Amino acid sequence: MPKVKPHRTSPSLDMTPMVDLAFLLVTFFMLTTKFAPEEAVVVDTPSSTSEIRLPESHVITISVDKDKRVFFGMDDAKPKLDLLTRVGAKYGVSFTAAQAKTFSNLSSFGVPVQQLPDFLSRDNEQRKAIKQPGIPADSLNNQFIDWVVEAQAASRKEFGKPAYIAIKGDGNADVPTVKKVIQLLQDKNINRFNLITDLESKPVAGK
Amino acid sequence: MAEIQQQADSGKGGKKRAKKMSTKIDMTPMVDLAFLLLTFFMLTTTFSKPTVMQLNMPVKPKDPKEQSEIKASNAFTVLLGENNKIFYYDGLLADNVKPELVASSYGADGIRKTLLQRRQANPEVVVLIKPVDKSNYKNMVDILDEMNITDQKKYALVDISKADEDLIKTSGL
Repeated sequence: MPKVKPHRTSPSLDMTPMVDLAFLLVTFFMLTTKFAPEEAVVVDTPSSTSEIRLPESHVITISVDKDKRVFFGMDDAKPKLDLLTRVGAKYGVSFTAAQAKTFSNLSSFGVPVQQLPDFLSRDNEQRKAIKQPGIPADSLNNQFIDWVVEAQAASRKEFGKPAYIAIKGDGNADVPTVKKVIQLLQDKNINRFNLITDLESKPVAGK
Repeated sequence: MAEIQQQADSGKGGKKRAKKMSTKIDMTPMVDLAFLLLTFFMLTTTFSKPTVMQLNMPVKPKDPKEQSEIKASNAFTVLLGENNKIFYYDGLLADNVKPELVASSYGADGIRKTLLQRRQANPEVVVLIKPVDKSNYKNMVDILDEMNITDQKKYALVDISKADEDLIKTSGL
């Protein structure tokens, strides 16, 4: 009986197509990726079945966390500088060029305007360590609405239209704070809001 | 390693030949790197923008008299209580009328069913949403979401009144 010889093939295989594909994907992800901006506050948004996406740009994000703190964020860098000067002028606070630059890179913040220069001149690590008290939004010291109004004005000047207002509330945030924010905006005739939520699969409505 | 270098020549024959180099390169480290990067970018990329729920509030009337009154027969009030509780009653609360408060739930068989039933009975129904101060934002989003799911167009987010709070308290639910 002849011995059955296993057919010896070289164990090397041509990896070229795989490498091609891998690099194609790497390139794709490298070009499309946009790192999620670091948020000043952790907000766990509730979910809803709404499928409307947040617009890509010109968004003012108002975050409300579970400790009733209000944070303000704006995504366009250019009107943000304008905004900082406007609000600074209103409260008699001036900012250096370096502080303004840091501000334009900040995704959101929650400190009163008086503490803002000090907050901005710290470095990233220190800034993260600071517990931000939130922007004052009560009737005596309502800086929050000034930020929004001036941001709208700056956005209108820059792009010819006001920015979208997105409210990002934590699931455990209390209703009075959110309602207060809405009320304040309504006082300024802003009646259209977008509540940021997570996507949840749509249930079959029993019709 | 994925590739094993093969013996190039068996060494027989006296003629010295220029050694033929294999044209194959070991691509394994490169592939390793490529996949490492691939994984990294795939995991860090934020593809989807968050979704938003649109909420349009009514424009504040300049004159309080312009505010529209709703008929008690068309009103359906949902109260959002603390600890994720939810109650509803038909009609409006008045000094002499005490509507019956019913406890419900956020699930599909709870408030959604009731909303659909009410609208079937009366297409004109207006839902008044009143969150108590101790309810959380998630409840508010949930109930607004129910409005979208049930396709209820007429609803309003209303401040809670003292009478409503008392109604919850006295009902003992």
